[in-house]
This record gives sequence, structure tokens and C-alpha cells, in this order.
Amino acid sequence: MKKGNKGKLSLYDKVFKPVHYTLENGSTIDEKRSRVPLILVILVIATIAAGEVTGFSFSTLVNRISYFFVILSDMVPPDWSYMPRVWQPLMDTIKMSLLGSFIGAVLCIPFSVLCSSNLVSKKVITGFFKLFYSIVRTLPTLVIALIATYIFGLGTFAGTVAIAVFTFAYCGKILYEQIETVDMGSYEALQALGMGRISAIRYAVWPQVLPSFISTVLFCFEGNVRYASILGYVGAGGLGIILNERIGWMEYARVGMILLSLFFTVVIIELISSRLRARLVQGEN
Amino acid sequence: MSERRYETALAKAPRTWVSQLLIILVCLVLLLWSSSAVQSNSTGGSGFSVAKGIVQGILHPTPSLLLNLNTNGVPYLLFETVAIAFLGTLVGAVLSIPFSFLGASNIVPKPISWLVRVCVMAIRTIPAFVYGLMFIMVTGPGAFAGLLTMSCCSIGMLSKMFTESIEELDKGIIESLDAAGCTLFEKIRYGILPQLMPSFTSTLIYRFDMNLRDASVLGLVGAGGIGAPLMFAMNSYRWNDVGAILLGLIVLVLIVEWFSSRLRIKLMKGE
Repeated sequence: MKKGNKGKLSLYDKVFKPVHYTLENGSTIDEKRSRVPLILVILVIATIAAGEVTGFSFSTLVNRISYFFVILSDMVPPDWSYMPRVWQPLMDTIKMSLLGSFIGAVLCIPFSVLCSSNLVSKKVITGFFKLFYSIVRTLPTLVIALIATYIFGLGTFAGTVAIAVFTFAYCGKILYEQIETVDMGSYEALQALGMGRISAIRYAVWPQVLPSFISTVLFCFEGNVRYASILGYVGAGGLGIILNERIGWMEYARVGMILLSLFFTVVIIELISSRLRARLVQGEN
Repeated sequence: MSERRYETALAKAPRTWVSQLLIILVCLVLLLWSSSAVQSNSTGGSGFSVAKGIVQGILHPTPSLLLNLNTNGVPYLLFETVAIAFLGTLVGAVLSIPFSFLGASNIVPKPISWLVRVCVMAIRTIPAFVYGLMFIMVTGPGAFAGLLTMSCCSIGMLSKMFTESIEELDKGIIESLDAAGCTLFEKIRYGILPQLMPSFTSTLIYRFDMNLRDASVLGLVGAGGIGAPLMFAMNSYRWNDVGAILLGLIVLVLIVEWFSSRLRIKLMKGE
């Protein structure tokens, strides 16, 4: 039960008066009315409006949902004889995400240091780089990939660049949040001993954030493998290219094979990386 | 005296250089292996002019597109994208609730929860545009297909996060409600819902944020939203239009992100 502070009644509380209680010892307490009805009303209105805009209709869904499974059932059983031609793009996808994640992770380190308000005292600088990160993060990966194919030409390099940019923005944000919550005692002690700022960061801050940073990068890499398979759609290399081709030719058994191989790759990578991440967390404690 | 102490302490330090060297070697080998994939069909030197065009386009967005209020203008397209992301998240949440309860190892037996998790992983693996094409068979091209695609893509992450919060449920509260003589409905209302709601809502808001960003993917397959005009503009090198659309998208995502992070902080604090 929250104590009502009478000075600050919001509009909602003025319309729906708080419940007034008098306790046995004579003190009075106001319980504000629950916000749930208001939130529900807003949600319902938003849902109806969004349904109107998008043309949501249950009857279409119920009547025609069987068509959804048409393609899906064509994928089973997968065409096993197609597998030899899947290997090359599959490896390309893994290579792209590996290299892209690495480049992005290395690049984001200096930028994240410049973002951290506990290492850089100028608010202008940290604010600028934080805004920079936010803007890079809003750019959809597919759009970056498409732009990269215009600049660097079709192929895996464009995909690598797109993945690097995404990793840069994602890991960078998490890294500077971690740096900002780091214990500053040892950093100050090293500086008091006469160490320069860079080497103090190297020996006091860096060891504290390293395990969780590597864990973040590994997590990002997992997601990147999955994402890299889409990038081929715009010609940026990897599985997406043959996936798009096979869908275009309506060879769904082969599409099924591609998806199956992607599934197993993702499962194996996730197993390895979650093992590694569990060990990193253990090493921390 | 004290130097000797340092020396003994240093001698006791675990020797990790072998394992460190091994890790570095493995990383180097992986990097070398993956760098063999870097290849591109050269654009013949036009890359620089394209880059210049993009930067100039973003700096000089088409004002008529940006301020146009009919269905081709950026504001309406953004509104449609928000609607797709919102309903997509909602439908995705409804779809992922059964998955998340069946995947929680404290509710169902281990084999079943394991099976359900494998299912969810398989759902996650199918790329968005494959879903898009499948749903276009159902509804025809348009925002409705985009909405359904978005909800299918949300199932994976949503049910994973939901499962995690279900597995963290404090059973003591339910037992004490049981001891106080509450009915099943009351147990769900006062014992389970208050524990799950904050983390569920926070996950949903986060996912809405992500869906808004991913909405451009849907444009590729003609599934509504701002994606399709963006791709058309890019494919026909209309960089000023691209600039206008990207500018709108960036501003929208920044605003939504600011609101959603504030809401989530509030939820975490339990207000």
C-alpha cells in the first residue's frame, strides 16, 4: 500500500479519488486507485486501431491458415542430395559472422571508453558518442547490408561489414554500460601511483569488464549466425543467396534442407557458446 | 625481507600462459579461416560515388515525402509500421505463452520441456522472409502478412524469456496462499500474476522495440510497412527519398527506445 503524497496528485488521481483509510492509531492513508483500467483501455484502443490499419481479420486467418502449411509440408522430407551444395554457403555464413563479430567487437572498445561517464569527464563527449551508438543501432541490419553491397559490391564482404556494424552497436552499448558500473577504487589507486590514464584503464577497468564483454560478444555471435542467413537476400553472401534462389524456383524440399542444416549449425554453435559463457561467469565468481 | 615475500607470492601465482597461448592460437586460426571468405565482386570504383550519394541523400531528405500526410508519406508509413510491430508483438505474446509454460522445467516433466525448447529453436531458425512468403500465401501481400510474420519471429525470444521468468517463480507464495485457503483462481491472481507481470511486460516492451527495427525486413517480401518503399528507393538509387525514410525511422526508433527504456526501468523498480 503506497502512501499518498497529497501535494502531488496527478490528473488520474483527481478524477478517480484515492481510497481513504483511517488506521486504529488515528493516522490516515490514501491508497491511489489502480492504473490497470486506464492502461487496459489504452491497450484495447491501440489494438483496435492497429487492427484497422493492418487489416487484421480473424476469418481470413481461420479460413486460409491451411495455406501456411502448404510450403512447410513441401519442405518435408528435405532433399538430402542437395546437401553437398549447401556446405560452401553455410561455411561462408559462419565465416562472415565470425569475422564480422570480431571486427565489430574490437572496434567498439575505444568508442565505449569514450562513452563512459566515469572515465571521460566531459559530458559533451560521452553524450555525443552515446547518441552516435543509438543512431547506428537504429539502422536496420538489412539496410546496412544493402548499402554495403552498393559500396563494396555483391559478396561476403558486404555481409561481413553489415554484421560488424551491428555487433559494433550492440556490444558497444552493453560494454559502456558495464564500464560505467565498474568499481573505480583500483583505477583511482593506480592513477594515484602515477600511472597514465590509458594504462590505468588497461590494468584496473579492463580486467573487470573483460569476462562479461567476451560473454556478450559470444552471445552476439550466436545471433549473428542466424542473422547472416538473411543477409544473402540482398546479395550479401552466405546461405541467404541459395535460400532465395530455391524459394524463387519453388524447390521447397531443397529449402527444407538448407533450413535443416542452418538449424543444426545454430544448435551446435549455441551449445559451444553457452558452455563457454557458463565458464566465463564461473570464472568471475 | 619484503622482496622475498613478493617473490614467493609471485611463484605461487597459477601459470596460465599455456592455456592463454592456446586460446590465442585457436582465435587466430579461426580468424585466418574466416578471413578466407572475404571476397566481393568489385563495383568498379563506383563504391565511393554511391557512398557520397547516400550521405548527401541523408543530409538532404525529400521534404515532400517527409511531410506528406497521405498513404505514401513517411508519417503514415511509420504509423503503419508501428501498428504492425505492436500487433505483431501482441499476437506473438499470445502464441508464445503456451510454449513458455510447456517449456518451463518446473511445470512439466523434463523430456517435454526439452522437446518444446527444441521446437522453439526450430521456429527461431526459419528466417523472417521465409515466414513472410508463407504468410503471403495466406493473406496476400500487405500489412496483415507482415503482422503475422512479425509474431512468428517474436515467438522464439519471447517464449525463451517467459520460460526463464516462469522458472524463477517463488513457490513459497503459492503454498502460503494455499494454506490460507485460496481458490485456484485466487492463487493465480494473487500468487502467480504479480510475480510474472513485470518481467513479461518488460520483455514485451523490449520485443516491440526490436520488432520496430526489424520491420524493414518485411518490406523485402512486400509485407507492408516502411520496408518496401525503402527498398524500392534504394534499388532505384533515389538517395534523397532513402534519406527521408531513414530519417523518419531513426527518429521514431529513438523516441520509442527512450520511452521503452524509461518504462522498463519503472517496471524493474516495481512502481
